[in-house]
Amino acid sequence: MDLDFSSEQTMLRDSAAKFFANECNYEEVKHIEETDQGYSPKLWQKIAELGWTGLLFPENYGGYGGSFLDLVIIFEEIGKACFPSPFFSTIVQCGLLILEGGTEEQKNDLLSRIADGSLIMSLAQYEAETDYTYESITMKAEQKGDAYVLNGTKMFAMDANIADKLIVAAHAGAAGLSLFLVDADHPGVSITKLPYVSAENACEVIFKDVEVGSNDMIGAPGDGASLLDKMYDKAAVAKAAEMSGGCERAIGLTAKYARERVQYGNPIGGYQAIQHFMSNMLIAADTCSNYLYKVACMIDEGDDFSRDASGLKAVANEAYRFVTERAVKIHGGIGTTREADIALFYRRAHPFSMMCGSTAYHYEKVAQSLLKDGLGAF
Amino acid sequence: MDYKLTDEELALKKMYNEFFREEMKKAPLKTLKGGLEGSYSSDEVWEFTKYMRKKLVEKGWYVQHWPKEYGGRDAPLNEQMIFNESLAYFGAPGIDGFGVGMFGPTLMLYATEEQKKRLLLPIGKGEVQYCQGWSEPNAGSDLASLNTLAIKDGEYYVVNGQKIWITGGHRADHMFLLARTNPAEKRGRGLSVFNVDLFWPGIEIRPIKYMNGAHIYNEVFFTDCRIHESERIGPENQGWAITRDTMNFERSGAGAFARARRELEHVLEYVKTTKRNGKYLWEDPLVRQKLGKLYSEMEAGRAMAYKVAWLQRVGNLRFSPAVASEGKVFSTELMQRIADFAIEIMGLPGNLEDLESAPLQGAMIGSYQTIIGSIICAGSNEIQRNIIAWVGCGLPRLKGQG
Repeated sequence: MDLDFSSEQTMLRDSAAKFFANECNYEEVKHIEETDQGYSPKLWQKIAELGWTGLLFPENYGGYGGSFLDLVIIFEEIGKACFPSPFFSTIVQCGLLILEGGTEEQKNDLLSRIADGSLIMSLAQYEAETDYTYESITMKAEQKGDAYVLNGTKMFAMDANIADKLIVAAHAGAAGLSLFLVDADHPGVSITKLPYVSAENACEVIFKDVEVGSNDMIGAPGDGASLLDKMYDKAAVAKAAEMSGGCERAIGLTAKYARERVQYGNPIGGYQAIQHFMSNMLIAADTCSNYLYKVACMIDEGDDFSRDASGLKAVANEAYRFVTERAVKIHGGIGTTREADIALFYRRAHPFSMMCGSTAYHYEKVAQSLLKDGLGAF
Repeated sequence: MDYKLTDEELALKKMYNEFFREEMKKAPLKTLKGGLEGSYSSDEVWEFTKYMRKKLVEKGWYVQHWPKEYGGRDAPLNEQMIFNESLAYFGAPGIDGFGVGMFGPTLMLYATEEQKKRLLLPIGKGEVQYCQGWSEPNAGSDLASLNTLAIKDGEYYVVNGQKIWITGGHRADHMFLLARTNPAEKRGRGLSVFNVDLFWPGIEIRPIKYMNGAHIYNEVFFTDCRIHESERIGPENQGWAITRDTMNFERSGAGAFARARRELEHVLEYVKTTKRNGKYLWEDPLVRQKLGKLYSEMEAGRAMAYKVAWLQRVGNLRFSPAVASEGKVFSTELMQRIADFAIEIMGLPGNLEDLESAPLQGAMIGSYQTIIGSIICAGSNEIQRNIIAWVGCGLPRLKGQG
């Protein structure tokens, strides 16, 4: 057992923290949020130069062959900074799908372009009446000779408005759910950014007679569900890392405020009502972050981590929601304003919770796994 | 970073698990009622506790993390954590938490050579049972306000006062006592620590029945009890600093999550095999939701307990003690949630106590009653929350906050 980070990991964290402090403070975050693009192409290039966009991919695809724990460290810092970018959609959702299901040619082409920062991608999966499972996806890919034709509407495709390519989940006849690679500028594709509480690039994407060659698929026809499942187990851990970092920072900002804000002649942080709020917040954050590191190590060590990825995501959902709500309350009136840094975190609580599956979705997954396999050997 | 146990550690874990699994087959039914504190209540379980203690001493595990000179084998902290997890998972009694866990390490730091020989060795051999003489009727969370007096009279201290919530006092032969040696001083100043033989004249022990009828706690009255100065541990009037160290030994709390895990295993088995209105309990989505939540919280808490153990091992715990308090709060409240959940889904039969045919033999309704005691004792969870806010969040400590 060794629960310390390596010196390289400490350097990675320090350099990420320094990058956000210098290049993307909360004023900049609020500025980026107001733009149509919802991200900064300049900062995107810089994080590519820092190697983050290729961190997770093997070296032969232009990456750095980093561990999952390395990625977790970056995501914690992203979560602290509330950094608006297509990092999650491009690297985690689409990147992991390609890494797992892509052909050598696709991996060589797409992953190396993701790694060098020149390719942004979006996953178009959800529909108006779907939840986090795939059974209710209705979009069909009609076979037409050697190609497929996509028609239908996808919702909450993150960063589709700035993406070069989309991965689209649709049913390919009897084969079942399949993943299609579509150029975002295809004339049959129309993309609308939706007003979204976190100001993330949540998009509606309408497909009208979009023809996709059978080469432009990720995995074989019918591989969609298993590829998405595999990706989401890891993606849930990455999102939990973003949330865990966010909890830590929200607590730090709030503790600072509580030390400085004086009422009744004392800093409000001296009053037990505030102290007990904050100790509960810290307990929620620390249980979450230690579980996070443990699950990241399970991934890196090749253990079966699916159940704990769900447990972790649910724990992170509850922690982030709880911590950010209390954080705004402790800030008082100022915390409710558009200019308040802490409100950035509060606005992210629900969209982050629902990314990769809600709390209830993950508790159900944990319970099903327990009922099937028991708790495992002690 | 890795959470893996070495092959050696895995072999130890297997050995401990096999030992406790076998030995606990001999445990009386009541052993698990009321957690480990319940072991003081019935004569039957106390006899079993003494039997287990003898076994653990024979195995060389009773104080294996202690230095060799005091009867241990200098077992590394992580091996000790694995042992504690196994012990707690099987709910095995036997260890004198007060002597082995608290007073022994205090003696190692503060006792004279003569005291170490006389007091430490019997603790290490399992020959004595200690209890803790701290709380008083008017000194609970605010322990430093205690006013049991120990007034110097020649070579002796004359002790007068009342101690309360003395867990296992009726089973103990010794107490570590915190008393005021300088009545002119207030609070933490003027306190001293003593080793007390409970059979000395001037000491009376009276039972306090716990809400479930168990005899766990006691009151201990001191009336002109004469304690020789050779029983004072550490310098006179330095007892508060010593006591703060005593509070801080062995804080990983990993064992609590092992116990929570065992409880969840039992609850899982229960929901898989029990029907209500023709349906298995597990078919109810609300039951599955809560089961999923409790498992996730248990795993998260366990990961944090490992972090505490790690910090302790690498010597950083003194710099970040908030996380140990977080573990105490989280583990006790998690066990309360497990008991509440279990009883709720059991319905009316969940209220049955001490009956072979009761759901999980009444273990959950037992835990429901005793865990609230754990939430209050050893620094109530509200006091822990103060510490977490001060130390963990850096919030100010206002006058009058202790």
